[in-house]
Amino acid sequence: MSKEYETVIGLEVHVELATKTKIFCGCSTAFGGAPNTHTCPVCTGMPGSLPVLNKQVLEYAMSVGLATNCQISQYSKFDRKNYFYPDNPQNYQISQLYLPICHDGSVEIETEAGKKSVGIHEIHMEEDAGKLIHDDWEDCTLVDYNRSGVPLIEIVSEPDMRSAEEVIAYLEKLRLIIQYLGASDCKLQEGSMRADVNLSIREVGVAEFGTRTEMKNLNSFKAIARAIEGERIRQIDLLESGEKVIQETRRWDDSKEYSYAMRSKEDAQDYRYFPDPDLAPIVVSDAWLNEIKAREPEFRTEKMLRYKEEFGIPDYDIDILTNTKHMADLFEETVALGSDPKKASNWLMGETMRLLKEKNMDPEDICFSPENLVKLIKLTDSKVINSTVAKEVFGELFEKDIDPEKYVEEKGLKTVNDEGALRKTIEEVIANNPKSVEDYHNGKVKAIGALVGQTMKATQGKVDPAMVNQILKELL
Amino acid sequence: MSILSLSAVELAAKIKAKEISVLEATQAVFEQIEKREGVLHCYVTLDKEGALATAEKVQKQIDAGELTGPLAGVPVAIKDNMCTKGLLTTCSSKILGNFIPTYTAKAVENLEKAGAIIIGKTNMDEFAMGSTTETSAFGVTKNPWKEEHVPGGSSGGSAAAVAAGECFLALGSDTGGSIRQPASFCGVVGMKPTYGTVSRYGLIAYGSSLDQIGPLTKDVTDCATIMEIIASYDGKDSTSVDRESELAKKAGNKFTDALVNDVKGMRIGIPRDYFGEGLDEEVKTSVLAAAEELKKKGAIVEEFDLSLVDYAIPAYYTIASAEASSNLERFDGIKYGYRTKEFDGLHNMYKKTRSEGFGPEVKRRIMLGSFVLSSGYYDAYYLKALRVKALIKKAFDEAFAKYDVILGPAAPTTAPKLGESLVDPIQMYLGDIYTISVNLAGLPGICLPCGIDSKGLPIGLQLIGDCFEEKKLIQTAYAYEQARGKFQTIVK
Repeated sequence: MSKEYETVIGLEVHVELATKTKIFCGCSTAFGGAPNTHTCPVCTGMPGSLPVLNKQVLEYAMSVGLATNCQISQYSKFDRKNYFYPDNPQNYQISQLYLPICHDGSVEIETEAGKKSVGIHEIHMEEDAGKLIHDDWEDCTLVDYNRSGVPLIEIVSEPDMRSAEEVIAYLEKLRLIIQYLGASDCKLQEGSMRADVNLSIREVGVAEFGTRTEMKNLNSFKAIARAIEGERIRQIDLLESGEKVIQETRRWDDSKEYSYAMRSKEDAQDYRYFPDPDLAPIVVSDAWLNEIKAREPEFRTEKMLRYKEEFGIPDYDIDILTNTKHMADLFEETVALGSDPKKASNWLMGETMRLLKEKNMDPEDICFSPENLVKLIKLTDSKVINSTVAKEVFGELFEKDIDPEKYVEEKGLKTVNDEGALRKTIEEVIANNPKSVEDYHNGKVKAIGALVGQTMKATQGKVDPAMVNQILKELL
Repeated sequence: MSILSLSAVELAAKIKAKEISVLEATQAVFEQIEKREGVLHCYVTLDKEGALATAEKVQKQIDAGELTGPLAGVPVAIKDNMCTKGLLTTCSSKILGNFIPTYTAKAVENLEKAGAIIIGKTNMDEFAMGSTTETSAFGVTKNPWKEEHVPGGSSGGSAAAVAAGECFLALGSDTGGSIRQPASFCGVVGMKPTYGTVSRYGLIAYGSSLDQIGPLTKDVTDCATIMEIIASYDGKDSTSVDRESELAKKAGNKFTDALVNDVKGMRIGIPRDYFGEGLDEEVKTSVLAAAEELKKKGAIVEEFDLSLVDYAIPAYYTIASAEASSNLERFDGIKYGYRTKEFDGLHNMYKKTRSEGFGPEVKRRIMLGSFVLSSGYYDAYYLKALRVKALIKKAFDEAFAKYDVILGPAAPTTAPKLGESLVDPIQMYLGDIYTISVNLAGLPGICLPCGIDSKGLPIGLQLIGDCFEEKKLIQTAYAYEQARGKFQTIVK
């Protein structure tokens, strides 16, 4: 490569809001449900039906705007985006083009290269479309409008990012803010957070932007990172070989690690946007805006400081615990139910994180309750079970949110505290393992480990290993 | 015959007094329909079975004292662009030729709750686009006064049905004059309420920012009475106005309170712009005579310049067509309505379905609307039209600082002959000149008969009020009606 290039990236992030009902009607937003059961005349585009804005959608959108330092438009409107497609029952999508609810914001991100501010051009509200299902057997396409009218916000960044690392940091920051606000669960895999990447290349030192492409179908942070790298190389190759980058929308195929063109700017549709006459302009009073501001939750930075002061746990723990809202909530609830903070933290950042990684899950997927975790912690505190058993119980807790007290009872996992019986067992172990005993006496201190192991096996792990150690040493 | 000569309010009173049963009234209407409908064709769909069943049910509720309202038991007709659950609703279009709604429009629901008997759905210009009811996909409606003439439109079926005694009152919708102009042509009373007064939920939209449901009735008393029933705040319509709110309360919504035979001191303005070129001499004479009548009763009548009248038609056709082009996108052959028989892929299906399903006037307005919203033209046409709309509203605001009511004709002529108007759409559009500004400004307007021309066709008088001032219109119209005396009936 003869020249040095810079990658310029801007993102369009769609976030599904966590409202119980749809944006313009009272239908449920619950995931699943038999096709077309969460529908009504409004979200199926029946003649004569009219949209009415769900106030919660507006409040969530404003709260995200405030948390990302946006200006809130106190006079805002909905516009119709006209295009024909069967998943879009009215053949227009109600969105915001001319006067979006939030604009001119920014979020601060931190990468190895340091801190940086990423500008937010605007945040607007819109409705999701239905889902098309192709029936190969009947060779026809069916449409399910359960998703039609599910509320979305689209967060449009400025072209301020220069690497995949910055993009991921920006997305993680957005996700954290939105989760902390409770405005969405932001799951990429399930599509409640979706990012389209606008990317262009320019020579270092050149002021003008290059021609950009828009990449769609990115379902994970890893896919996003791979797509950015793939597109960066593709565009540089084009420029190096004297060709031009075409402004187009491309679809990323993560399994092939390759993107292909979906449509170019030339065949871009004219959406004939105009203000939706069925919806009155949105007027947000100062009082309402202040009310939303006042409701702002504790964000990560504040939470980190409080954890240090209130719980006195190490920075390392705090970093992991506050990295997702779900984990932080779980931690706080566990402590509130009477657990020692450090012990709760240990379970969450130790075993929990290990199992999440092993099972390729997100912290949002954790299903166990703080009540049951507290029970487990109390069982170990009172030495009813030992640490080995506790790990086994935790495995069950993680999987099925079992009640540890009942589980230990049913499975007979309580630690045996009968020292006489234990002494007898150990005597037997010593008698049956003369080799290890000899090794021990010959100075191989580690040989005691084998004897502890045998004892644990004989007692099915229900004894305190420390006590076993102590008795063994005595007897030997 | 004697039943049919009653007004809706008179009929309801006789039903209440047990002089006439609901069933008798309903049967009388269906007998009249049998007699006249073959020629007039006011209805797209008749629901005799449903109406008779409802009549029996309503009679029981009246007898039990559960229904005591002023229109309980009265047979009504509904324009075919309002959804009626289980009853065909076509907008007089092939594309909705088989459409049976799953819900009922709010205004219709209000009538049903008041004990009205819905007897059928009236013919109209396709999707309310037209001024003669001739653009209907299901045949023309004829003017009951002279059958070779149009009834006006787009609520022509509703107006003709009221005039011919094929119902006692009817609902219409008015986007640019579609209630007032057919009322004028058919010699009945028609009111377009302030935008937001009657819920649009269930009204199949043409131009959403201009559409408003209103009544077509035999007299002003019936009009005020039904207005109290259909006007309601509706949480399902974001543009619905709470008439109990501070903004609207001063004008009030007890419309029947305004049935007072007194216009002393009422300030009435006559816009000179409404009496210029293009206005038929007989219409002019008749309307000015009506103004004179009101003056005699103590009203202060003077002429003034409204201005901007010439800009109303282009602004209206830009805005209404733009909204219509988007509103009518949902008719695509996917979910309901007509779908072409044979097609090759999705886009071909859309194209063929819509080409075959819509008539020429609807296509013309979809194309016009799509054009004015296209990128590059949006500012020059659509935004400019919105600015004109705002200026027209301002001109009316200035007028209403001086006058309580504006008086003028509803249409430049009486009903033209069938087939005359469709030849020249521009000429047809110009016929809306006196009614259109009212929709652009969101104002209430009423039309009532004030004479009969030399051809034997009725002439309409239009009164326009400021926002929420329906009561002033009703009062003025009622006072004029008292002076005029009972209008000639053409119930044959």
